[in-house]
Amino acid sequence: MTWGPIKPAFVLVISMTLVCVLVSPLVLAIPVSAETKTGASSKKDSSVYAVLTKAPKKAVARRNPMEKDPDAKAAGAKLFGMHCAECHGEMAEGQGKAPSLLADEVQQSTPGTLFWILTNGVVRRGMPVWSKLPEPQRWQIVTYLKSLGPLEKALQ
Amino acid sequence: MLVKITLSCDWVATTRTALLSMTNFASCESVASTIGPIQLDSIQLDSIQLDSIRPRVQRSFLLRCLLAFAGLAAFAAHAQESPYIVTYDHYLEEPGSLEVEYFSTFGTQRHSNDFHAFWAEFEYGATAWWTTELYFDGQTTFNDSTIFTGFRWENRFRLLQLEHFINPVLYIEYEQTSGADKILKEVEGHDVESDYAVPNSIARKEHDHELESKLLLSKTFKGWNVAENTIATKNLTGGNPWEFGYAIGASRPLALKALPNQCNFCPENFVAGVEMYGGLGDRYSFGLHETSHYLAAVAAWNLPSDWTLRLSPGFGLNDNSHRFLLRWGVSREFSGFGSAVGRLLGGRKQ
Repeated sequence: MTWGPIKPAFVLVISMTLVCVLVSPLVLAIPVSAETKTGASSKKDSSVYAVLTKAPKKAVARRNPMEKDPDAKAAGAKLFGMHCAECHGEMAEGQGKAPSLLADEVQQSTPGTLFWILTNGVVRRGMPVWSKLPEPQRWQIVTYLKSLGPLEKALQ
Repeated sequence: MLVKITLSCDWVATTRTALLSMTNFASCESVASTIGPIQLDSIQLDSIQLDSIRPRVQRSFLLRCLLAFAGLAAFAAHAQESPYIVTYDHYLEEPGSLEVEYFSTFGTQRHSNDFHAFWAEFEYGATAWWTTELYFDGQTTFNDSTIFTGFRWENRFRLLQLEHFINPVLYIEYEQTSGADKILKEVEGHDVESDYAVPNSIARKEHDHELESKLLLSKTFKGWNVAENTIATKNLTGGNPWEFGYAIGASRPLALKALPNQCNFCPENFVAGVEMYGGLGDRYSFGLHETSHYLAAVAAWNLPSDWTLRLSPGFGLNDNSHRFLLRWGVSREFSGFGSAVGRLLGGRKQ
C-alpha cells in the first residue's frame, strides 16, 4: 500500500500511543504502601472504608428486596465470582488495592450502603461503577456479601 | 545438544513456577495446557543457539515476553458488555483489564461492489475514569481487493465520579485512515453511500487525519440502558469544516435477576436492543440534507466462558444510506492484564 511521507503529527500520535500503552500498566503498578498490600492490612487502613460513610441517608436506609429470596445468596455468589473476585479475592478477603469485604466496617454497613457503593463505585480508588448490572443483580451480590459475616466467622 | 535440552527443561520448570506464582486461581489443567506451546517455543529458541553463551538478561526478557502471552489465558474475566456496535454507553473498561475485540461489517453497495470491512480493537482500562483503545481497520471490497485502511486511537474519560441522572463521558479520538475505510464505526457530516463506491485503488490514495470528539450521555434505569452520543469531527487535512453526527441506543438484558447456577443460556446473559445513527451535516450546512441514517437491532451474548458475541443487522433509512449492514463481533476480556505487565516489568508484587 502507498502511504505518503511520514508526517510529524503521525510520529507524535504513534509515540503518544506507545507511551500510553506502555505507561498505563506501570501507573497501575506503582508500588503501594505496605499497609495496603494485603487484604488483611487493608482492613487496618480505615481510610479505605471511609467511603462507606459517604452514602446518602436515603441510600443507607434502603432495604434489600432480595433478602428473603432463597436463590439470592447463591446467585450473588455466582455474580461475585464473575465480577468482584478478581479484585477482592475469591473469599472476599481483599488483595492489592481492593479492601477486604469481611472487615467489620463492611459487614456492619447496611445493605443499602453496600448497594450504593456497588452502584457508584469508588472511581478515585479504582473501583468501577457497577450500575451496568441490573438492580436485582446488585442486590443479589449484597445478599451474598452480608451472608459472609465478619472475618472471624469466615475463618471459623 | 544435551545442553540445549537441559536449558529447555529449565525454562519449562521456571515458567511453570512463575505461572503458578502469578495466579493462584489458575487450575493445574490450565497451567499444564499453557506450558505446551512454551515448551515448543523454548525448543525452537534453543535451535537458534540459545545456550549458556547468551546473556542471562536476554533470556530473562524472552521469558518475560513468553509469560506475558501465556499468562493472558489465566486472566480471563467474565464480561458484561453492552450490545451496541456504534453507540457508546458510559461504562468504561475495568481498571487493568484488556479487552480484545474483533468486528465485521458486511455492507451492500448500490452501483458498485458489496464490501466486508473489519477491525480489531484493543481496549484497556487505564483507570476507573479513563479507558484507552487502539483500532486497526481493514476491508475487502468484493471483486476488488483487500486492504489495510488505517488505525484509530480512542480515549474515553468519565467526567463525574458518582452516578447521576445522566452520566457524561468525554470521548476523544485521533484517526489516520485512508479514503477506502469502510468500517462505518460512526456516520458523520454528509457521509453517503456513493462515497463508498470508489474503487480501492483510487480511494486508498486519500489519507485522512481526523480528530473526533463525542459527548456520551447514558443512563441505566430498571435494567434499561439509554445512550446518546453527539459527534463532532474535524478532518485535519485540508480546510474541511467540523462535521456532526449522532448515535442513540437503548438496550436491556432479557432477565434482570441472575439464576443461581452457571449456564450459557441463562436469560441474564443476553442483552438486546436497538440503535440508530447518522450524520447531521457540517458547520456550513447543518441538518439532515444529504446525510445517511441507519437503524439496527443489536444483541449480545455474554458467555460465562469469558467471551462476548454481538450481532447487529442494520438497515439504511434513506436513499443515501447503504440498504443493509450486517455487523457481528467477538470479544474477550482479560482482567489483571495491567498488573501482570507491571509485575513482569518489575513493578508491584502482589
